[in-house]
Amino acid sequence: MCDPVANSARHADSGVSRRRFLTFLVAAPTLTLATGLAPEAALPANAETALPGLPQPADIMDLGEILILAGTPTAHLLVLEVTEEGEAHFELPRAEVGQGITTAVAMLVAEELDLPLSKVRVRLADARPELLMNQLTGSSNTIRSVYGPVRRTAAAARARLIAAAGAQWGLPADRLVTRDGAVVAPDGRTAPFGSLTTIAAKLSLPDLTVTPKPESEHRLVGTPASRIDARAMVTGQMRYTLDLDVAGAKPTMVRRPPTINGTVRSVNNEAAVRAMPGVIDLAVVPTGVAVMAETFGQALDAKDALQVTWNGGTVDTLSDADIRLRLRAAALPFVVPPLLTLHLDAEFDFAFVSHAPLETNSAIADVRDDRAEIWAGLKSPIVAKQTIAAAVGLPADRVTVHVTQSGGSFGRRLFFDGALEAARISKAMRKPVKLMWSRIDDMRHGRARPATHHKIRATYALGQVLTYEHRVAAVETDFRHGLGEMLTAVAADLPVGGDLTFAQTVFLTTVKVPYDFGVVTELLSEVPLKMHTASWRSVYSANTRGAEEILVDELAKKMGQDPVAFRRRFLKTARQRAVLDKVATAGSWGRAMPAGFAQGVGFHEEYKSCTACLVEIDARDPKTPRVVKAVIAADVGRPINPRGLEAQLLGGLTDAISTTLRAGLHIDKGLPLEGSYSQFHYARQKDSPSDVQIFIMPAGGEPGGAGELGVPAAVGAIANAYARATGRKPRGFPINFDVDFTPFPR
Amino acid sequence: MPTYSFSVNGRTVTVDAPADLPLLWALRDRLGVKGPKYGCGIDVCKACTSHLDGKAINPCVVPLSEVEGREVTTIEGLADGDKLHPVQEAWLEQDVAQCGYCQPGQIMAAVALLKTTGDPTDAEIDAIQNVCRCGTYFRIREAIKSAAAKMRK
Ligand code: FES
Ligand code: FES
Repeated sequence: MCDPVANSARHADSGVSRRRFLTFLVAAPTLTLATGLAPEAALPANAETALPGLPQPADIMDLGEILILAGTPTAHLLVLEVTEEGEAHFELPRAEVGQGITTAVAMLVAEELDLPLSKVRVRLADARPELLMNQLTGSSNTIRSVYGPVRRTAAAARARLIAAAGAQWGLPADRLVTRDGAVVAPDGRTAPFGSLTTIAAKLSLPDLTVTPKPESEHRLVGTPASRIDARAMVTGQMRYTLDLDVAGAKPTMVRRPPTINGTVRSVNNEAAVRAMPGVIDLAVVPTGVAVMAETFGQALDAKDALQVTWNGGTVDTLSDADIRLRLRAAALPFVVPPLLTLHLDAEFDFAFVSHAPLETNSAIADVRDDRAEIWAGLKSPIVAKQTIAAAVGLPADRVTVHVTQSGGSFGRRLFFDGALEAARISKAMRKPVKLMWSRIDDMRHGRARPATHHKIRATYALGQVLTYEHRVAAVETDFRHGLGEMLTAVAADLPVGGDLTFAQTVFLTTVKVPYDFGVVTELLSEVPLKMHTASWRSVYSANTRGAEEILVDELAKKMGQDPVAFRRRFLKTARQRAVLDKVATAGSWGRAMPAGFAQGVGFHEEYKSCTACLVEIDARDPKTPRVVKAVIAADVGRPINPRGLEAQLLGGLTDAISTTLRAGLHIDKGLPLEGSYSQFHYARQKDSPSDVQIFIMPAGGEPGGAGELGVPAAVGAIANAYARATGRKPRGFPINFDVDFTPFPR
Repeated sequence: MPTYSFSVNGRTVTVDAPADLPLLWALRDRLGVKGPKYGCGIDVCKACTSHLDGKAINPCVVPLSEVEGREVTTIEGLADGDKLHPVQEAWLEQDVAQCGYCQPGQIMAAVALLKTTGDPTDAEIDAIQNVCRCGTYFRIREAIKSAAAKMRK
């Protein structure tokens, strides 16, 4: 939809030297600049050489690099302000959803400016269409994409502050240093940044060149730091969308259809519901019937009291069994016949999984005749802005979209359905609205990781794996949140050719086998179903690589080798082996375990990072297994905040425990049965290990991605431990997936 | 409409609302006390966990009529001015929060546990049912243990 814009921007930029330095100064007395160099690291690194076999597309250029490339023309449009109080305020064009990126970015700014971390504020930027494709939070890409530009922007600010002090003191810049938020002269004189901003913003410095600090001089970056927003979170001061006070925005909820994508035929008791205590207004919107009330309690009662006749939805007759059949039918055939040589075949099924962020879908919208304002947790705010503008009949520049920090995402907030719905309700009611989805609706009418089917065949002989084929059939993943535009914009540079769908492109640029398994082919086929799907933390990798790690264990067994020794032997690089060795040693791989207990191991490489996970499981009762210990090692190239990284890996582990052992959605006649955490069994404290050790490997390159890295290795490790403890081969996930509850009424 | 008076974080408040209005919405929508969060509304996720007369409750299922004349404490009332409660301190030390949305409830649940159980075992910590969708459980466990150790001193 924004291709013409994207293309013209690319062309406009192509004449510009990649090293051209852009500085825009805005109003003194604060020093505000939008600056930076286009990241020279945007182009793909070459695949590691001297490897037997051909590199897979994701080895050549992964999805994160593709997104960086798409965002490159505008990567310099970052806004940093140094205030008269000596604080640095940075506007981050990404969404903070718990992954700790505001803290990591604050560290980069603090490091570069020699400013205490407590003096750096990071705000989430509103939707900025001029950023084109540089405001999408996904693919574990934030740190990879902003590492260079943020440092350059801050380095430019520091250079200006030094120049300002030099002008005041009549000293050349190279005699001055910065320390603790001040410029310091050789004789000990100091000038706090705040005292320099006015001059710094006015100086004409045509020849200013800036270089970020060499990484060897980093003192803060790479050391563990606590979240900059932690205090607000533990004192209840953190403001999420529904905590905002927007004048006149009243609690609003929507009564939704009994099946996915059903629509309203008639509302049968409108007058009675309007007369209920606290009810303010009611409106029919494409997604259901909206009710506004004085409190959410009353809105909830009114929504439940509504009597509505519904039109059918888009998947009314569909249930899990049909979906599984269709997936099996869609999986592409293997190429290598099974008869020629020793082989191992395995098939796996993964259920739908709700994203289920603890903060349900929510948004505030104030739509007027001539303008609109939206507040929501959004990972693709530009597309949200454009779509909402079209839906309410306003030009995009009359719609302001504020990105609020949100209570989890895991991929969910790539979609802006809540914000769009709130805008439609506001327009229909002609009032500002504060929209909250109920948990039941969030699970049933929200989005989910698509169900997948996998079949894998490996052939081997004489201690070598000769061929490795993986066929993935997945319910279509919805990528209509701006990713498609990004892929289109860089189509010429993609490492995959031909007429691939966006999904296949994503699959091929994220999924790869880290082992030397001879001739490898991994293919995705999709089954389009009109359901609400979305990428879920690690997109295809959790299932695809998780299944693969199970197969690797089974292959090791067939070939008479220990799972760790087998992986060691077939991994491709020393860096990969180092994380595996780390968990094997720290986790005492191979130690004797009581009956019903076992260890399991998994490995994963993606986003230019790699990780290994070793778990111990207590599966004495195979129906209630518990992971009791986990040891994780990760090499992310260059850790910015090891403490934040550990948190992400811990989250990935918990996701893997949940989705491998118990958490999934049953689809029954067009709707998930699950409607709360009492039914969708995301792990609780009692399911979580009381012994977790996480090791971050020392820095040795550029930052890789980390937010999603932890899931696939842990899925493999947990399933493998379960198999070793119980002697059962896990094939369907989650492993324990009974309908052990009475579903809520539709 | 009936009127209810009770104390919230040491301040006496009066709310004009139906008797069956869940306390959560009286707090959030009428009193502007936004610390307790909605995550399910049916006493499952525990994101709203607060205290009534010092004991953990889930205000999403406690009707307003039940709190008349009683003392409600939410996450906002836990610290003593700028001085954080030891459990909050421990949460900072362990850097527990990720998205943070569950954490007011987690902290209030932990404080309630430590009131009755000064030295909780792993099994007692396991009994805390609060959902953390970001999966911070291990750090929560560590924070509870370190807060407990400090509070025993
Ligand atoms: S909102 Fe109260 S327990 Fe979930
Ligand atoms: S920190 Fe996000 S739900 Fe617990």
